[in-house]
Amino acid sequence: MTTILSIKDLYKTYAGGFEALKGVSLDIKEGEILALLGPNGAGKTTLISTICGITTPSSGTVTVGGHDIVGDFRAARRMIGLVPQEIALEPFEKVWNTVRFSRGLFGHGPDNARIEEILRKLSLFEKRKSSIKELSGGMKRRVLIAKALAHEPRILFLDEPTAGVDVELRKDMWEIVAELKQAGVTIILTTHYIEEAEAIADRVGVIDKGKLLLVQEKKTMMAQMGKKQIEVMLTEPVAAIPASLAAHNLTLNGTGDTLIYTYDIHAERTGITTLLNDVAQAGLVLRDVQTRQSSLEEIFVNLVSGEPA
Amino acid sequence: MNWTAIAAIYRFEMARFFRTLAQSFLSPVLSTSLYFVVFGTAIGSRIQEVEGVSYGAFIVPGLIMLSVVMLSISNASFGIYFPKFLGTIYELLSAPVTFIEIVIGYVGAAATKALFVGVVILFTASFFVEIRVEHPLAMAAFLILTCLSFSLLGFIVGIWASNFEQISLIPQLVVTPLIFLGGTFYSITMLPPLWQTITLFNPVVYLISGFRWSFYGLADVPIVFSLLAILAFTGLCLAVIWWIFKTGWRIRS
Repeated sequence: MTTILSIKDLYKTYAGGFEALKGVSLDIKEGEILALLGPNGAGKTTLISTICGITTPSSGTVTVGGHDIVGDFRAARRMIGLVPQEIALEPFEKVWNTVRFSRGLFGHGPDNARIEEILRKLSLFEKRKSSIKELSGGMKRRVLIAKALAHEPRILFLDEPTAGVDVELRKDMWEIVAELKQAGVTIILTTHYIEEAEAIADRVGVIDKGKLLLVQEKKTMMAQMGKKQIEVMLTEPVAAIPASLAAHNLTLNGTGDTLIYTYDIHAERTGITTLLNDVAQAGLVLRDVQTRQSSLEEIFVNLVSGEPA
Repeated sequence: MNWTAIAAIYRFEMARFFRTLAQSFLSPVLSTSLYFVVFGTAIGSRIQEVEGVSYGAFIVPGLIMLSVVMLSISNASFGIYFPKFLGTIYELLSAPVTFIEIVIGYVGAAATKALFVGVVILFTASFFVEIRVEHPLAMAAFLILTCLSFSLLGFIVGIWASNFEQISLIPQLVVTPLIFLGGTFYSITMLPPLWQTITLFNPVVYLISGFRWSFYGLADVPIVFSLLAILAFTGLCLAVIWWIFKTGWRIRS
């Protein structure tokens, strides 16, 4: 896959002296979905705003499809669609007109068939004559996506696309993102819903305090950084972990009927066989055994707090 | 030049105007009629003629300027302030457009709306008084230049404003007094000599004088000065806008 977006050593210091980006470098491949994870104030929105031209970079370069975002901004911006975090729409305007406006703003002539296609894809066609103020919050988010797609961008930025939306709409959004990926659109989304990144991203970038801490394939990240745990469920609860099992560093759950063993999946020996033997030797009877892998959320929290996952 | 984008901005702004067409049309008709009733009839009964022109006809150019200037400022300032207020400005800033194109779109639409109202007032006034236009080309030029230059000023106000109160601050505190004291309802020759001199520092005097000259051939100041004043004002507004966009003041962080 070719690189469609290349960020090199990007710095952004605001007028008040706040350093929002501290040397971010990142290459994004065409057709991938990259999720940028980070706590509030990490620099996610500043990064997107800088790439899209809303904020001017202090130093560094960004190229979109080989076009510099400053020197060749017209060509670069034509390739980008942005769905902002906040619902920012003119309340009295009609859905159709606002999408047509966005298309025109990006230099494309009116194309009713294309606008209809976009509105149908986003289940907005029936609402095309409605004023924005008549729409529900979910529909307004769809309008924002329709506006961003109106000029047929090759890269779509979704800044917290599902912040404050209900579960059903969130799933709808994920389906829309999947369809766009199918159509070959590169998608960069920021989120602090870890499950969102886990569900739809190909790669995950973790950003905090203006620095990109890590960018990895989602599966690789989880495999490399994730711990695995075995939960050994007992038929009868125990008051304390038997002394003979002390070497395994087990923890006991609150009800005393589950022993939890954490191990490294990449270690030469996981110690599972020995553990299960020792549990049997200790006279404990197993009811069930299940394994659990660290979620992206745990990895993320540990990365941001500087502790190993 | 991205003309498609300019057309999109212009059309979008004009749509706002057409949504409230009756309001846009009725409001100037009503206010002009009121001015004629109050100023034309009440004061006009005491001032029969000014330099050979009936008082009612004499105030027509000033009335048009009054409305056109105020509307140009408010149209353009709201036009650009609204996207700032609603947050939709993100779309303008991330679009492949230069600031010049943004200005042409917004200022062009604001000036068009003001021009439309100016024509409506002229038409309304013709029902009350007999109007003659001695220099129609000059009249059109003054009207268009006024719409454009004050729309540029309105655009600057809209960029500068950080709340709705600030938008009406400049028109109410600065522009309205200048217009009322700029010879809208009187000829400055009717003032005592000292006030005549002081009034010459009011730039609106040149505007109204020039516009009135295009109607009746009457001018308080030489027509060339009027033309230079409006061109200088337009140039000043353009220079400020150029600086705003170069620095991104109040728009781009």
